[in-house]
Parts: sequence; C-alpha cells; structure tokens
Amino acid sequence: MATAAIAESHSHGEVSHHRTSTGLNHRKVAVWAFIGSECMLFVSLISTYLIYKGRSVVGPYPHENWTDPATGKVFKEILNIPVTSASTFVLLMSSLAMVLALAAVQNKDKPMPTGWWDRQLRSSKLWLWMTALLGTTFLGFQAYEFTSFVHEGLTIRTNLFGSSFFTLTGFHGAHVTVGVLWLLALLGIDYKRGLKPADALNVDIAALYWHFVDVVWIAIFTLIYLIK
Amino acid sequence: MTTMAAPAPATLPTTGEYKTGIWSWLTTVDHKRIGILYLVTALFFFVWGGLEAAIIRAQLAGPNMGLVTAQQYNQLFTMHGTTMVFLVIMPLSSAFFNFLIPLQIGARDVAFPRLNAFSYWVFLAGGIVVTLPILFGMAPDGGWFGYAPLTTKAYSSGYNIDYWVLGLQILGVASLAAAFNFITTIINMRAPGMVLMRMPVFTWMSFVVQFLVILAFPVITAALVFLLFDRFFGTNFYTVAAGADPLLWQHLFWVFGHPEVYILILPAFGLVSEVLPTFSRKPLFGYPVIVYSGILIGALGFGVWAHHMFSVGMGPIADSVFSVTTMLIAIPTGVKILNWVSTMWGGQIRFTTSMMFAIALVAMFTVGGISGIMHSSAPADLQQTDSYFVVAHFHYVLVGGAVLGIMAGVYYYFPKLTGRMLDETLGKWHFWTFVIGTNLTFFPMHMSGLYGMPRRIYTYDAGQGWEMYNLLSSIGVIFQAIGMTIFFVNFIRSWKKGAIAGNNPWGAPTLEWAIPSPVPDYNFAHIPVVTSRYPLWDQKAGDLVKSEAETTTGGRLKTAAELGIPMPFPTILPLVAAVFMTAMLCGLLFIHAGNLPLALGIMITCGLGLAFTLIKWLTSPLE
Repeated sequence: MATAAIAESHSHGEVSHHRTSTGLNHRKVAVWAFIGSECMLFVSLISTYLIYKGRSVVGPYPHENWTDPATGKVFKEILNIPVTSASTFVLLMSSLAMVLALAAVQNKDKPMPTGWWDRQLRSSKLWLWMTALLGTTFLGFQAYEFTSFVHEGLTIRTNLFGSSFFTLTGFHGAHVTVGVLWLLALLGIDYKRGLKPADALNVDIAALYWHFVDVVWIAIFTLIYLIK
Repeated sequence: MTTMAAPAPATLPTTGEYKTGIWSWLTTVDHKRIGILYLVTALFFFVWGGLEAAIIRAQLAGPNMGLVTAQQYNQLFTMHGTTMVFLVIMPLSSAFFNFLIPLQIGARDVAFPRLNAFSYWVFLAGGIVVTLPILFGMAPDGGWFGYAPLTTKAYSSGYNIDYWVLGLQILGVASLAAAFNFITTIINMRAPGMVLMRMPVFTWMSFVVQFLVILAFPVITAALVFLLFDRFFGTNFYTVAAGADPLLWQHLFWVFGHPEVYILILPAFGLVSEVLPTFSRKPLFGYPVIVYSGILIGALGFGVWAHHMFSVGMGPIADSVFSVTTMLIAIPTGVKILNWVSTMWGGQIRFTTSMMFAIALVAMFTVGGISGIMHSSAPADLQQTDSYFVVAHFHYVLVGGAVLGIMAGVYYYFPKLTGRMLDETLGKWHFWTFVIGTNLTFFPMHMSGLYGMPRRIYTYDAGQGWEMYNLLSSIGVIFQAIGMTIFFVNFIRSWKKGAIAGNNPWGAPTLEWAIPSPVPDYNFAHIPVVTSRYPLWDQKAGDLVKSEAETTTGGRLKTAAELGIPMPFPTILPLVAAVFMTAMLCGLLFIHAGNLPLALGIMITCGLGLAFTLIKWLTSPLE
C-alpha cells in the first residue's frame, strides 16, 4: 500500500508547494487561533469588570444614583442604555453589511443582474464603505459616551467601575478601530485594482475578525449594560 | 526495525549556497536558523540566570553573609526566576519548535516564515528590556510572579517593576505570534500521510503547548495591562483602598502561571519521548496514551491555578476543589512515567549522553512530581508553602525535568543541527557533574524547608539547623557550574571540529533523520509520503527521500533553484518591526519620568514607524 501511494505521488509529479493538510488557507487557520486567543483576553477583561461590580467605594455608579457625602452633590446613574442600544444596533448592522461585502466579492465574476437592488448587492465598494461607516459611527457613539461620562464625573481614575469600564470598552473600541483600518485597506485595494473572487479570502478573514469584535460587543452590552 | 545508523560521509553535505555574515542572520526567515538564534540566545541567558543563582547561593552558603544587600538580593531572585522561565526554558523550547516541527512533519518551513523571524526579534528585545536594568541596579525586584498590590506604584515606586511589566508584555507578543504560527504549521503543513496520530510525540507536545500559550498568555496580558495602567495612568485595579481585591492579580497570574508550568515541561517530555525509543530500539510504549495524557495535562492545567494560593484563605470548598483537580493531574503525568519506563523495558538500551539525560529526567521529574502531590493537599501545603521545600519541588521539575529533557534533546539533535556530533566523553562528564550538582543543590532544600527556612530571605541566623543544608546546596552549584562549563566547551568545539554525523547517526525512526545533516535550506528535496509512525524503521529510506543521484550534483546537494523549490526571501522588516514595537512600548517609561510630551512623541513616532514597516511587510512578496 505504501509503495502504491508513493508511486501515485510520483506519477503526479512534485506535491504542490501550496497544498495544505486541511485544505484551509494558512491565514484562515491562524485567524481562528488568534480569535481563540482574543476570547481569553476579553474573558479576562469582562471577568475583572464583573468581579469589581459593586466594589467601588465612591461613585458615580453604573446603574444607580450616588450622593457624594462630602459635597452633597448627586451623581446620576452613568450608563445610558437607550443611546448604547442605538450604537449596538449600528454595530450589528455593520456585520450585515460585512456579509454583503463578502458576497459581493465572491460573486464578482458572475453576470451582472438587471434589477437596481440586485446590482447594488454586487458592489463590494458600497458594502465595504457601509461596514466601515457603521463601524466609525459606533466609534463616534463611544467617543460621545466617554466624553459625557467624563463630564458627569467618571474618569478612568475615579473608582473601580471607571477603571474596569473604560479599560474594557476602550479595548473593544481599539479592536473596532483596527477593524475599520483593515476595511479601509481593503477599499484601497478595491479602488486600485478591483477586488476579485480570488481576493475573497482576504475579505473573508477581515469579516471573521469583524464578526468576532461584534460578538464581543453583544457580550459586553448584555453583561455590563443590561444586567443591573 | 533493521535500519542501522547510516554511514557518515567524509565531509559535510552542503548546497554551496550557505550564507554567513551578520546580515544573513539579521534577515533570515529560515526556521532552522531562527532555531539556532533562539538556542544561542537562550544559552546566553542560561549563563546570565545561572550567575544570578550562583550569587544567591554564595550569599546563602553560611549564616549572616554580607555579599549582597537585601535590595540586591530581591533583584537577584526576581531576575533569576524571570530569566530562567521566560528567557531560558521557553526559548530553548522555542529553539526546538522552530528547528524540529517542520522537519518532523515533512514541511519546508513554518506557515509564516517572516512572522517567525518577528517572534525571535521581539523575544530578544523583551529579554533585553527585562535583563539590562540589573547592570544599573534597577532590576525588577517583585518576584517572578510580581504580586500586585506589592508591585503597584504605592509600594514599588522605582522604575524596576516598569521594566518587568513592559518586558513581560513584549515577551508575550513574541510567544503569541510564535504560537499562531506553529498551530497553523502543524494543522496545515503535514506531509501526505502524516495524520495527527502519526506525528512524532515532540510535535504533539509542542502542539498542546501552543494551545496553552494562546489561551494562557492573554490572561497575563490583561493582568499586566491593569498593572501598567495603575502605574502609568493612575487606575485603581490593585488599589485596595479603592475597594480592589488584593487577590485579583494572584488569580489572573496563576490562571496564566499554571499552564505556563506545562508550557515549560511538555516540550521536554516530547524530546524525551523521541530519545527513549531510539536508544531502546523499541517503539514508544503506548503512543496514543502518551499523546492523550499530554492533552489531558494541558487541559487540566487550566483548572488548578488556585493551588498556588492555598494560604490566602479562599475557604474550605475552594481549597478542596483545587486539591482534587491538582491530584487528578498526577494521573496523566504518572501514566507518562510508566510509558517511558515500559519503553525501555526489554529494549536494547544504548547509554549515550542523550539517553542518560532522558533517563535522568524520568527519575528526577518523579522526585519533583511526588513533592508536587504533597503540595496538592491543602493542609500539607499550608506547612510547606513559602518554604525552601517548595523551592526544592519546582527546581526538581524545572531543572530535573525541563532542563535535563532539553539537554537530552541538545545531545540528540546537535548532529542534525550542525552536521557534527557532540563529544560523548565530555558529554558523560557533563552529565555526571550536572546531575550530581543538581541533586546536591536541590535535595537539601527539602530539608532546610522542612526545618522552616522561608523563601526569599537574603540571610539567616545560625543555630536554626539550616547551616549544613545551605552549605550543601551551595556546593552543589559548583558541580552544576563545572558541568555547564564542560557542556559549553563541548558545544563550541564540536560545532567546528566534531565528528561528521551523516543523515542518521542514531538509527532514529522519525522523518527528520531521512535528510542530510546539516539540513539544506529547503529541508526536503521532495515532500515525503508517510505511511507509519516510525517511517525510517518501517519504510525503506528510498521511499522517503529521492535517491542521492537525484538530489546531488557534482558532489554537493542541489540548490533550491536547481530543484525548482521557491524559497522565501530574506528580509530585515521583521527586525525593524520588532524594534519599533519595543521602542513604542518603552516610550511609556517617560510617563513615569513625568515627561508626557516626550513619551507621546516617542510612542507616536515609533507607532508610525511600525505602521509603515507593517505596510511594507504586507505588500512585499514572500517568495
């Protein structure tokens, strides 16, 4: 059997240089490993937030008002769930746009459909822009949230809530920023020479990362904002 | 199993293309050369960390010695631990990951050769950030586990801990990048027929270790980020007055730290599992069980962290749970010991230096394992914790386990690495002096610990029954130092003048021994087809590699170009990226110095430099 297998491999000539054992591209395997690793990073950050929930000795607090005993000043509950629900919706929609962007790239060499909407669905530029813009809008919401918190008296130094909240959501925001830059790089390629079905893997990998960052936000929104 | 050691040729096989000179090393993306870089760097740090240990033992040789001050002593034990864990044993394992994994699975390189070079340069940069400050008396001094709040600015206001936090963060990047690379390499680059359950055990154990790295390092990354933010930006993660939990760091650190222990030991287990079958001329006893027990050790490693914290008062339920999970780990570990012994049972044992180190690992690790089981019982651990008994335990597993295993690997693979044999006579001298020295140093620590000597004290009074044991420990260091000196003489001499090895000097069964030593840059002239776990014992050599007529021309090996194999271009970009990244993080030190504009200036400049380097990297072709 061994000899037969070897004879076969010889008759087909040199084994292809880019053959992979699983048939998956190297970068895709690496990105999955990277995402597994990132999960542990966010698990650590979220756990720390939850462990420190209710342990701050001074306000402001996330879900209840706090009166400063020294000055008598009242600090309102910090988290603004309606506004954050809107930004969460924006980020979720960006994942939808990402899916459409990938589909548009994969279908590049198919004949162009006639309907107006169907033709829009085939524009990789449109959906990459849409994803990047929705991501940037989410970052805008976060910038608004951070500055309004600081105005209301909560900084990263104020208390344990401030330290763990800003660190956790700041790390998430940094991940979204990297994602937006990644999308802009893909757009750069698209404008320079046009993304082709052969580039689908590049878009696929960016999409994996983007969806992961989105899923992390769903965990953060649920655990930090919704659960009191 | 009839294959005998192949006859050695008169000269080293070469393609005639091998480049030397410093530039070729700075720009290399060849996994074998990167392995050599890891090996040489780690051996340098081994001497460095060993000198620190020697000073510690000189200080403790007798009561009330005044060789170093208490502050210097804190720096010495912190740096000894940090160096040996992060800069010696991990990179020695990395040297073997780099050199061996592609050869053992029949690949021409790792999945991402440039990322691999980046990992090495980042590791070197992190190592320099951590170790250099000791020359200015500013070395980290909070222990290798850096317990916060002790390491927060309130209690450690100097720069010492800053170097430690930044250095470890940088070293973490190196380990993570390497782990993504090796996971992809092992999953994706196996030769046809090299199914998972035919992989050599070293590759298997490395595979498990890479998963431990990617899952454990992010946890210490988070813990270090908190500490870094506390120190540089005034956050409250470890400020107890603000309500912080003083145990947060301990939990996060040991969630990382216990898997880290297996990151240190499993590669050595893998090496020994290669050495024992070859020199017993028997297949490894219970290969699947060895593999599964390695996976189980890795998985259970995430569920035992709090056994490092029995004395902090977690309560009886947590103590009991972590006692039981810790005892459970003894099962897969004991299974491995049994398998190794059974491999030798009835074999035709050849007592080469490599084999002797491997057998010594089985014995010495068992000693350390047994004291480990003693610690798993919380009531017993309360007596032993923070005493020299614990120091004895972890030196038996790390020196008696990891270092002896790695030495077995060095003697075994030196011929593949250099094409030449290490001298066996010097090797035997190295073995006996080092193993006697190890036992003489660490066995008496069980006794000084049981007599109540605490860890991390810089001196002690006479009359407590500790003098003799401490003196014995210090004398043992002399033997270890002699042993390592013999090793270095042997290593340097044999690299240039050792006997020429040939492809397979040991008559070993795995794929890496089918190709020339030293290995040509393309590794395999054609990718072999594997049909068994021990291809060189079970398959004909001619089935595995092309005949000499096809791979040589005019008395030399064919070059990659002559064989039509595309090779990755050498590039300086990974080194440049590593330098920019390290400099960017070190810009933070100027925040501590109170110079925010300078800190921002450095970080932004280096950040832009890093971004441009990465763009250049991503847009330049690999091969």
